[in-house]
Amino acid sequence: MTKFKLSIALATALMLAGQVAHATDLRIGLQEDADALDPDQGRTFVGRIVFASLCDKLVDITPELKIVPMLATGWTWSAHGKALTMTLRKGVTFQDGTPFNAEAVKYNIMRSKTFQLSRRKAEVKSIASVDVVDPYTVRFNLTQPDATLLAQFADRAGMMISPTAAEKEGADFALHPVCSGPFKFVQRVQQDKIVLEKYAGYYDAAKIHFDRVIFRPIPDSTVRLANLKAGDLDLIERVAPTDLASVKSDAKLKTASAVSIGYQGITVNIANTDKAKNPLGENKLVRQALSLAIDRDALNQVVFSGAFAPGNQPFPPNSPWYDKDFPIQKRDVAAAKALLKKAGLSKVSFEMQTSNNPQAQQVAQVIQSMAAEAGMDIKIVTKEFATMLKDQTAGNFESTQVGWSGRVDPDGNLYSFVVTGAGLNDGHYSNPEVDKLMAQSRLSTDEATRKKAYDAAQKILLDELPIIYLYHPVWLWAYSSKLTGFKPYADGMIRLQDVSMTK
Amino acid sequence: MLEFITRRILTAIPTIILISMFVFGLQKLLPGDPVLAMAGEERDPAVIEMLRQKYHLNDPIPQQYLSWIEGVAHGDLGISLRTQEPVTVLIGQKLPVTIQLAIMSIIVAFLIGIPAGVLSAYKKGTWIDWLANGIGLTGLSIPHFWLGIMMILLVSVRLHWLPASGYVSPWVDPVRSFETLLMPSLVLGSGLAAYLMRHTRSAMLGVLKADYVRTARAKGLAEHTVLIKHALRNALVPVVTVATLLFGDLLGGAVLTEQIFTIPGFGKLVVDAVFSRDYAVVQGIVLCTAVGFIAMNLLADVAFRLLNPKTRTS
Repeated sequence: MTKFKLSIALATALMLAGQVAHATDLRIGLQEDADALDPDQGRTFVGRIVFASLCDKLVDITPELKIVPMLATGWTWSAHGKALTMTLRKGVTFQDGTPFNAEAVKYNIMRSKTFQLSRRKAEVKSIASVDVVDPYTVRFNLTQPDATLLAQFADRAGMMISPTAAEKEGADFALHPVCSGPFKFVQRVQQDKIVLEKYAGYYDAAKIHFDRVIFRPIPDSTVRLANLKAGDLDLIERVAPTDLASVKSDAKLKTASAVSIGYQGITVNIANTDKAKNPLGENKLVRQALSLAIDRDALNQVVFSGAFAPGNQPFPPNSPWYDKDFPIQKRDVAAAKALLKKAGLSKVSFEMQTSNNPQAQQVAQVIQSMAAEAGMDIKIVTKEFATMLKDQTAGNFESTQVGWSGRVDPDGNLYSFVVTGAGLNDGHYSNPEVDKLMAQSRLSTDEATRKKAYDAAQKILLDELPIIYLYHPVWLWAYSSKLTGFKPYADGMIRLQDVSMTK
Repeated sequence: MLEFITRRILTAIPTIILISMFVFGLQKLLPGDPVLAMAGEERDPAVIEMLRQKYHLNDPIPQQYLSWIEGVAHGDLGISLRTQEPVTVLIGQKLPVTIQLAIMSIIVAFLIGIPAGVLSAYKKGTWIDWLANGIGLTGLSIPHFWLGIMMILLVSVRLHWLPASGYVSPWVDPVRSFETLLMPSLVLGSGLAAYLMRHTRSAMLGVLKADYVRTARAKGLAEHTVLIKHALRNALVPVVTVATLLFGDLLGGAVLTEQIFTIPGFGKLVVDAVFSRDYAVVQGIVLCTAVGFIAMNLLADVAFRLLNPKTRTS
């Protein structure tokens, strides 16, 4: 009996000794584990969330996607758009004490261009050379005008790493990254946690209110939410839309949301191998019929509890780049049937590949049943994501339900997908007029001129429909109601400037 | 005994080599291009070609295998394609976690399974037997992911008794370490307990009918002495074998349990590695698990011989 009592006492003591987090720790739950922690090597979304605390960029964005100064305090374009001159912030040091200056910027850009493992090569391709004008002024000389460059600098290509550390570590930089952001790297255990601590020499230290940030990958959204509710986490990203109601009813939690700059859609094989030879690939009327058969609002309600944003263009309806002349069409089964009739077909059947996660399959099934009512028989082919991508590139598909995480500059959501021979144009769509307009949009740095080119391209693309856009995911965050100052951004990043915890 | 162990170790070597070839070959059969999985959303052709060269993916498969096995012979399991970390470092990080979880789970399984098995054999056909069987079957049938989530919701979210997830090394904070692994080991252990219970029960039923048990009773020994000292000790032989093999299984990582409780062990690492086609990591872990499993098998045989003198040959 005494032994029994002892064990009860022990168990109670263990429970009481529980978790009292350090008052100024911030614990963030991520959906996946980040990959290599080197801005030149990184390729995952969650990796970028970690970088947002670790590495400052040349420029940043506002929640409205306007580009604003960060490490660069200002910039000017040369008359023909072939040179960009930036002035740099003074008094900034990297987390190892190395000063930040024009030489460091030059080093970083050259590393992105030439480092063997760099995945940023395409993003900085237009930069021919970098001139150090004076210690705090740098000029990028371009091979041709490139309107997308500033947006690239607002992401990984613009993240500045310490040249001293990069030289010393080489490819191993990812194991001990050194940048100039508000938090410096402490420790990483794969699939467990990434720990950062406040960098005392940060130039904007007054805005930082945490001593440590701990990122923890928890893939299951139910478990991630349970950890938040249990107080083991302070902030989680990508709350499942189906959990939103339960989070909102919890007084101890708050939520935030932002329509993402990415999209999900159906990419049609127009001319990639013989697989394209079917009514959907060959006849735009069939694609128009499919688009008309889909009720995008219903899709959003059924699969995402209405939390996502229906869409019909590569940019979400709230984006300044969205063409308001082409709003989302209402579902019209009769019109869809009429289009099929006009194409000389009464019934069509085609394959649609989709990845094997439950949400993607639900989306496919909803589309399948909607299309069936308009006389279109869709065979869903479920594949694991890596396999699906391979088949997509190889042209072994008729249509594929796939998405894109989105880029700040509109070019990133469109160019590679629709221009003849471009890298992500898996359906091999080709239209010289679209090619011309897309090239034009890259040459000018004037927003109105670019918008005109995009609108003109959109008019053609929405008629020919090489990609049928469906919806834009909405970033959903949930956090402890003690947390104040959190601002949602369309790029899904977590920026900790001015965020604090009340006791 | 020494000769027996040496012989077993020598025969294990070809097995391990075969396993390594099998794993290497199987991975190459997986659909999907590892480089596409690694190149990122942009799928830049320059990046793709660079990765193929760097990881020798253009070489013939036998050559790829030989260069990998040569590294293994030198203690180099390669580097993770996904994060640039050496695979040996990853295994060094995860193995202690997996071993700790395995030990705690097997202890839970023993604490529940053996007494329940003994009791249900002793009280065969009574309500106690039915109850123990029922509990055992329930433990076997409840999926781990469901039980795990339910426990998190009750114990962590409602009662705030234990942390919902995570892991702390026992060298850093033994109490916290015990707390973080308590729920996962209960979930894992309850499933294993059912196996042990079934095996203990059937072994005990056989032993309780044996002549020496009747003799022990006839000598006037107390019932618990008969049960524990005479019957259970002999009944444990097959149970220990089963338990060691279950332990070997646990060393391969408990994928679902680790996923739910976010424990950075082998299971979670290997699943992530398979999805991102991180060949070096998958191969390293499978090799490590295979060695662990073979070691457990050997241990089971040794334990068997120690417990049962009849199996000792001259």
